[in-house]
Amino acid sequence: MNRKHMQWLAFTLLKLCALMVVAVLFVIIFDIASKGAGAISWEFLTEAPKNHMTQGGIFPAIWGTLLLSIGAILLAFPTGVLTAIYLTEYSAQSRTIIFIDAAITNLAGVPSIVFGLFGFALFVAFFGFGASMLAGSLTLALMVLPIIIKTSEEALLSVPHSFREASLALGATKWQTVRHSVLPYAVPGLLTGLILGVSRAAGETAPILFTAAAYFLPSLPSSVFDQTMALPYHLYILSTQSFNLKATEHLQYGTALVLLGLVLALNLAAIIVRSHFRRKYRW
Amino acid sequence: MGQKKLSERAIEWGASAVAHASILIIALIFLFLFAEGYKIFAYDDPLHIFFGTDWQPTSQNPRYEMLALIVGSLVVTLGAMLIAIPLGVGCAIYLSEIAPPHLAEILKPIIEILAGIPSVVLGFFALVVLAPLISLAFGVPSGLTALNGALILAVMILPTIETISEDALRAVPKGFREASFAMGATHWETIRHVAVPAAMPGITVAILLGFGRAIGETMVVLMATGNASIMPTGLLDPVRAMTSTIASEMGEVAQGSAHYFALFMVGCILFAISFAVNLAASMIVKRGQNS
Repeated sequence: MNRKHMQWLAFTLLKLCALMVVAVLFVIIFDIASKGAGAISWEFLTEAPKNHMTQGGIFPAIWGTLLLSIGAILLAFPTGVLTAIYLTEYSAQSRTIIFIDAAITNLAGVPSIVFGLFGFALFVAFFGFGASMLAGSLTLALMVLPIIIKTSEEALLSVPHSFREASLALGATKWQTVRHSVLPYAVPGLLTGLILGVSRAAGETAPILFTAAAYFLPSLPSSVFDQTMALPYHLYILSTQSFNLKATEHLQYGTALVLLGLVLALNLAAIIVRSHFRRKYRW
Repeated sequence: MGQKKLSERAIEWGASAVAHASILIIALIFLFLFAEGYKIFAYDDPLHIFFGTDWQPTSQNPRYEMLALIVGSLVVTLGAMLIAIPLGVGCAIYLSEIAPPHLAEILKPIIEILAGIPSVVLGFFALVVLAPLISLAFGVPSGLTALNGALILAVMILPTIETISEDALRAVPKGFREASFAMGATHWETIRHVAVPAAMPGITVAILLGFGRAIGETMVVLMATGNASIMPTGLLDPVRAMTSTIASEMGEVAQGSAHYFALFMVGCILFAISFAVNLAASMIVKRGQNS
């Protein structure tokens, strides 16, 4: 086999790899979308499950997931952005940065179920919040924190250094510089991180298993100390612990489609925000 | 210049305190896991717990031996790596070295979308679509096997491996490739002998992080692998991973019982693995920055 044939063979194999990845994505999305579409109706989206979850809708689960992920982001976003501001704008000693950086990298790698265990031990048991939206949101917040910090850091670092120098040269203080000459131009990047954080929190199951999620609740949660239903957990129990798995398959697919749609819509929004502002700001 | 204004200093201190919270959180996670987990050693000695294969936490004579769970995790993870490394790295080489730029522009978001699919949805897909196919193809009574878990886990870590490998390949200076072309090497020879070796540290990091992601994944493994806590003998056996053991048993366990402590010890093992993986990855990254 000569060199040209070798190259042709290798390139074909590599192209097949890329094709496989795309094919896998389409097969999964097509399967969920085609079988789930039939289950989606106004009632499905707005009603509670009925008849031991063999009929009815998934509204309490949608509602719970929205509350949990908004709660998580309310806690994680300010914390994450402030951390990123400190790391990029303030901290001078490199040793501090190395330690904080290592902690954030490690936090990003901690398995989600370990966050669940930790959330249970600290928030549910030690602080006595019980299994509640508060404990669940706090646990999810810890999990999305590294995502927010990393994207915020990137956003802040992408603002040209000359912006800061110009502001400082005009006599502005450090915070005035950050506030008026850096943050406004980092907003698109920060927003991308925020959306990605919400999407990640909405899709995760393991951290809320023992900190927030309930199998079935007759009414919507009314305080942060209430348990809540949630979409990912609902899909898990519908597809593994239902009385009659075959009979509820359309509900399972419907739930999977709503969750997938929600998360992918958020990710798409993040991609659009990023590319829109990348075109708007050029320096 | 006069003294810094008080508000300026307050902001700096505040930001500093918040930033240091990340260190505190990691320390707290370790502390809480270990403080509960080590109490299992009061019930059995570490040698049995880590190297015994009998996980029977709810029997009359309960045993909390974790080797079957550790091996279960490893079998599924290594199976997933065998599939995801060639596909992910291959895809990364194609996108960064061969594909025309407009095609790479289209494929990039597609891979980001794959990365965004919630793990419970992938687990669901493995449960209702893949498992019956495996049962049919291999003539096993249930498709909920290590193989099923490995396949869907591979899908899950593909984006991690692809993205980091692609970044590493794109960071290889153009001059390396031009030099190779100038020596008369073909495009493929350049990729094989110049670009890929130069990107190897990054590709290694990609593989390490993919491994960490896979061994720490819960829902996919919980829903796809059949959850039998026995020593697996092959890919067509049902297995139970460490993560899925915590997920399925933690809900019913009494706080402060031996079983509760045992599950926290399993959490300690997972935490230690993720810590080691990240440490190794950041050491490789650092060595790359120095050279």
